[in-house]
Amino acid sequence: MMNLKEALELLEGTLLTPECDLGLEFTRVFASDLMSDVLAFMDAGTLLITGLVNTHVVCTAGLAEAAAVVFVQGKRPSAQVLDQARANKLPLLSTPLPMFEACARMGAGRPK
Amino acid sequence: MVDERIFRHSYPVEGGDFSHAGEVSCQMKNLLKEMGVNGQILRRAAIASFEAEMNVIMYAASGTVELTVTPEEIRISIVDEGPGIPDIELAMTEGYSTATAEMRELGFGAGMGLPNIKKNSDTFRLQSKPGLGTWLEFTIRRNGAGP
Repeated sequence: MMNLKEALELLEGTLLTPECDLGLEFTRVFASDLMSDVLAFMDAGTLLITGLVNTHVVCTAGLAEAAAVVFVQGKRPSAQVLDQARANKLPLLSTPLPMFEACARMGAGRPK
Repeated sequence: MVDERIFRHSYPVEGGDFSHAGEVSCQMKNLLKEMGVNGQILRRAAIASFEAEMNVIMYAASGTVELTVTPEEIRISIVDEGPGIPDIELAMTEGYSTATAEMRELGFGAGMGLPNIKKNSDTFRLQSKPGLGTWLEFTIRRNGAGP
């Protein structure tokens, strides 16, 4: 079990939707750029790590009930995507780390 | 005589309109939530309808999604005016896809759509005629344990 505040510290991340609850907990992490795989294989309440920043990510994450989305490589979505996430109460995070490093840190569960 | 226990609503979907992809499924999910559907049943309906909506957007000129809700089940049927599916058995194979590079760049077209709709539904019927279009109907039982 981990919460968003701990994930932010591990990933040296930035919270893109400041109004969300950093105490929100999740038990699983799923990493993919394929939204088809997210829809087919991700469990509800999972933290999604992805390099895609389009509106389809927020839509997919919302419909598949992800706990939150982390964008890797310092990517930032457009204002439209941020608004969409806020409307869906979906927390968005950004990390400067590449996908592999982000996954490794989440797997280890501790900062480097 | 109108059966008040049955709710029915149709949504048009425009082929190629990636900017509005998912809106119909989001609307249906919110509506189902208001009707007291929740948990895994709601999630399965949302995921299956989104996959079906994306298929219309990716492959067809246009389509219609019809949502029917009864006390027993959620039924979603999709009729599209698209190229049709020449080999349904092949299309049902996980990983088989005819998606374009543009669709894949958006994160879709991995060949999981139809199998995933089947996985998330309790009944699944698919008929298609090449050159005419495709008809898909699936149901999710409201008291079902599901996958």
